[in-house]
Amino acid sequence: MTTIPSVVHPRPGDPAITPALVAEHGITPFEYEKLLGLLGREPTFTELGIVSALWSEHCSYKHSRPVLKTLPTTAPYVLQGPGENAGVISVGDGLAVAFKIESHNHPSAVEPYQGAATGVGGILRDVFTMGARPIAMLNSLRFGSLDSPRVRWLVSGVVKGIGDYGNCMGVPTVAGDVMFDPAYEGNPLVNAMCVGLMREEELITAKAQGIGNPILAVGARTGRDGIHGASFASEDLSDENEAKRPRVQVGDPFTEKLLLEASLELINSGHIVAIQDMGAAGLTSSSAEMAERGDVGVVIDVTKVPVREAGMTPYEILLSESQERMLVVAKLGHEEAAKAILRKWDLQAEVIGEVIAEPVYRVVEGDRVVAEFPGSRLVTECPQYAPEARESEIIAGLRQRDPHLVDERAEESDPAWTLRELLSSPTIANKRWIYRQYDSQVRTSTVVGPGAADAAVVRLRGTNKALALKTDCNARYVYLDPRLGGRIAVAEAARNVACTGGRPMAITNCLNFGNPTKPEVFFQFREAVFGMGDACRALGTPVTGGNVSLYNENPQGAVFPTPTIGMVGLILDLAHITRSTFRADGDAIVLLGENTAELGASEYLARIHGLTIGAVPAVDLDHERRLVDALLEAIASGTVHSAHDCSEGGLAVALAESCISERTATFGAHVDIADPLVTSSRALLFGEAQGRVIVSTRDAPRVIAVATAHGVPARVIGHVTATQRLVIGTGAHTLDTALEPLVDAFFDAIPALMQRAATASA
Amino acid sequence: MKFGIVTFPGSNCDVDAIHAVTDALGQTAVSLWHRDVDTQGCDVLILPGGFSYGDALRAGAIARFSPIMQAVVAHAERGAPVIGICNGFQILCESHLLPGALMRNAGLQFICDWVHLRVDGTAPLYFSGYAAGQVLRIPVAHGEGRFTADDATLDALEQGGQVVFRYCDADGTVTAAANCNGAARNIAGITNAVGNVLGMMPHPERAVEALLGSTDGLPLFESLLARVGA
Repeated sequence: MTTIPSVVHPRPGDPAITPALVAEHGITPFEYEKLLGLLGREPTFTELGIVSALWSEHCSYKHSRPVLKTLPTTAPYVLQGPGENAGVISVGDGLAVAFKIESHNHPSAVEPYQGAATGVGGILRDVFTMGARPIAMLNSLRFGSLDSPRVRWLVSGVVKGIGDYGNCMGVPTVAGDVMFDPAYEGNPLVNAMCVGLMREEELITAKAQGIGNPILAVGARTGRDGIHGASFASEDLSDENEAKRPRVQVGDPFTEKLLLEASLELINSGHIVAIQDMGAAGLTSSSAEMAERGDVGVVIDVTKVPVREAGMTPYEILLSESQERMLVVAKLGHEEAAKAILRKWDLQAEVIGEVIAEPVYRVVEGDRVVAEFPGSRLVTECPQYAPEARESEIIAGLRQRDPHLVDERAEESDPAWTLRELLSSPTIANKRWIYRQYDSQVRTSTVVGPGAADAAVVRLRGTNKALALKTDCNARYVYLDPRLGGRIAVAEAARNVACTGGRPMAITNCLNFGNPTKPEVFFQFREAVFGMGDACRALGTPVTGGNVSLYNENPQGAVFPTPTIGMVGLILDLAHITRSTFRADGDAIVLLGENTAELGASEYLARIHGLTIGAVPAVDLDHERRLVDALLEAIASGTVHSAHDCSEGGLAVALAESCISERTATFGAHVDIADPLVTSSRALLFGEAQGRVIVSTRDAPRVIAVATAHGVPARVIGHVTATQRLVIGTGAHTLDTALEPLVDAFFDAIPALMQRAATASA
Repeated sequence: MKFGIVTFPGSNCDVDAIHAVTDALGQTAVSLWHRDVDTQGCDVLILPGGFSYGDALRAGAIARFSPIMQAVVAHAERGAPVIGICNGFQILCESHLLPGALMRNAGLQFICDWVHLRVDGTAPLYFSGYAAGQVLRIPVAHGEGRFTADDATLDALEQGGQVVFRYCDADGTVTAAANCNGAARNIAGITNAVGNVLGMMPHPERAVEALLGSTDGLPLFESLLARVGA
């Protein structure tokens, strides 16, 4: 193959390269000049397609890379940082955990079922191509208001898509977060995270190496679906997107299950040196990225690629995003042994190319060269941009509004009414309607599944350890103040993980933003990433990889900037696993952290007053670090019966959730949070001051002593009761309610809204 | 005692069943591949949950033609124990080792949840570890678990004592509200007339460790051990 003369001519029937065709491929005139310089000639149609995919935002990170480089990525236990299919950390005992989060927003906006399903499929492949067996899935979803029939259609489709794919794969979906806001009306966000487990020595990367080694296409055949998916994901949505439904791939979890088993067997067999998912931009990006990582050349012969239909052009074969395919570099002479493993699983594998010494990315069609790029750094040859960043004056104005000037509604004279309204807000309400459709227990290792604690807990079989897993991002904070919002997203995820007894270890992030060429969007992106970096450094949780999803906007505007955090924590002893619900009558309720008069950016303002205004709560990252340490020490001492973070809805919602979040729970609470420094009852009850956790314990002095030793304010605010009531005194007012109406509000809200969908469509 | 757990392409609860047998029960488990024709002298065969062949056509419809199924049928015809869990139950029905069929859940959604089951079975092979009418707390996870049969078949099952598990509330009362998937007569599990072939939608292998929330599935396996191991 290496002897083919490198004369590249257009194929018969190729369209002429015109400025219009270049623009249609999303390549700017500036980028086209760069391409001409790289090639020293006009590109062919096939080459234009390749560059269109590789230089899309999705593959090239051309607007985001310089900012992303500011994130901390190292720790002694990080085995693989960003740049591979997934990040990997060591968890001791010779075990390693691979994990990553990825978006499938654009496909899900036009075809929710397949869009979400293939998002799950893609992230699973990213993890098992590292050599890890997937052991848990999480997902982070954002939708518009459930009052909209279209949103209900999106929710139903996305949830079913996630469920059908993950359930069939036998990977439990154990946690996630779902929020609703009109800002996501036209652009839902579907972020899927996968966590895998392996022995450290099983780690394999996607680095092409070994001159002469054969390259194999493995798994499903290549069809005409998903062509230009990567480019599609790198532009704004518009009314024409309905017409782009064919760009959405179709998932087949059964084939993926076979591919999972075959890939792990292949990796363990020693017959291969590298493996990578053919994900976004399919064969093109997988082969170019593998070559780039190994700093070698590759040659691919498209006539050798197994296809679904005759007559597919090189352009189509290279850019297809048909699902459930892998690119594998085998050891020379081991091709047949590798193929035999695939055959056992009823899968196909064909040699389609070779690793070559010559630094070139070459595609041939039989004896004809149809594309050739010099060098092995085609992806990073993409121009980098440093867009202008400027805060939107409108948003700055919203932030400066004083929420305390917002008049209370008449109903608020009964704070129990406000509490019920908040508990029935779909963002806060129980998500059982959603997670009941996910198999959260397969693999029999899910100790704490959805809804029972601040994070999911999955035990590591054969050890006394477990993982605590959580996705999180309050995007309203990020919208009003991206720097603080970025910090809080990480800090809250860490608090959640620590509440279950886990030490926060590392994060993966999924950065969902609007169009980065708009200065106010790029400002949000830059500041949110900086904020995230601040928190990661303070909390000792490096970023091991992730995904950037830009252009999440439509003619009505951009989504809330949503830098979703996927956090992995390590629980050192199964005895430390802690849930969020109260466990025993008479337990003291201890507040760690301090209440403030802050009310800005709250779910209270959004739900009760329809307002997204005010200053985002301050977050003291040093305090957050000490809070995590204090919690973990208190939990390890065996005195903590429950721990729950205060987040959306504030202290009142957190207390209510600790009473009712397991529907059959029988404990109430009686607390007094009157505070001479905070005169606003609604701020005390519903404000979202950061750095707070409520703990129930038999031994309050011990918990307080531990907290004090860590410099964390702590005090007893009340106790758990056997009555079916929640009573919260704020000095001026007393919130006093039976639990039953809270249970109804919390558990029935989403089913009632979704039932409207069924009724409406019936 | 030796358990054989069959792996079809798409099975995904096979490993869980193996762990239940080896870790919780302390017995031997061997993995049987769908192309195998020999059951390696296993005392008990388990067809595990999952999505064999991706549920193409109908759940279990293709798996019944796998080579291993001839050995499973022979094992059953000898009167030896065969347990089908979830997808395994579907395969047993498709193979006519058990009567009836499993249809889409009444709500048309996949359901993963904890449910209560009343033990109506009395045959010692599977139920000696349970008190009559005992209420179990055990997980379900399925999209096609609504047991269906014609009235004559259902009557025959009832008369023959072949209805062994029913969905019920926490007190053991069989109610419509407790019927998670809309199954005929709240049926969650049945046996064949001889009593050696058991099919059930809930997952006893997920309820063998207190750490995971319930050990109510363990007596099922222990009953077998007492009977067959003896």
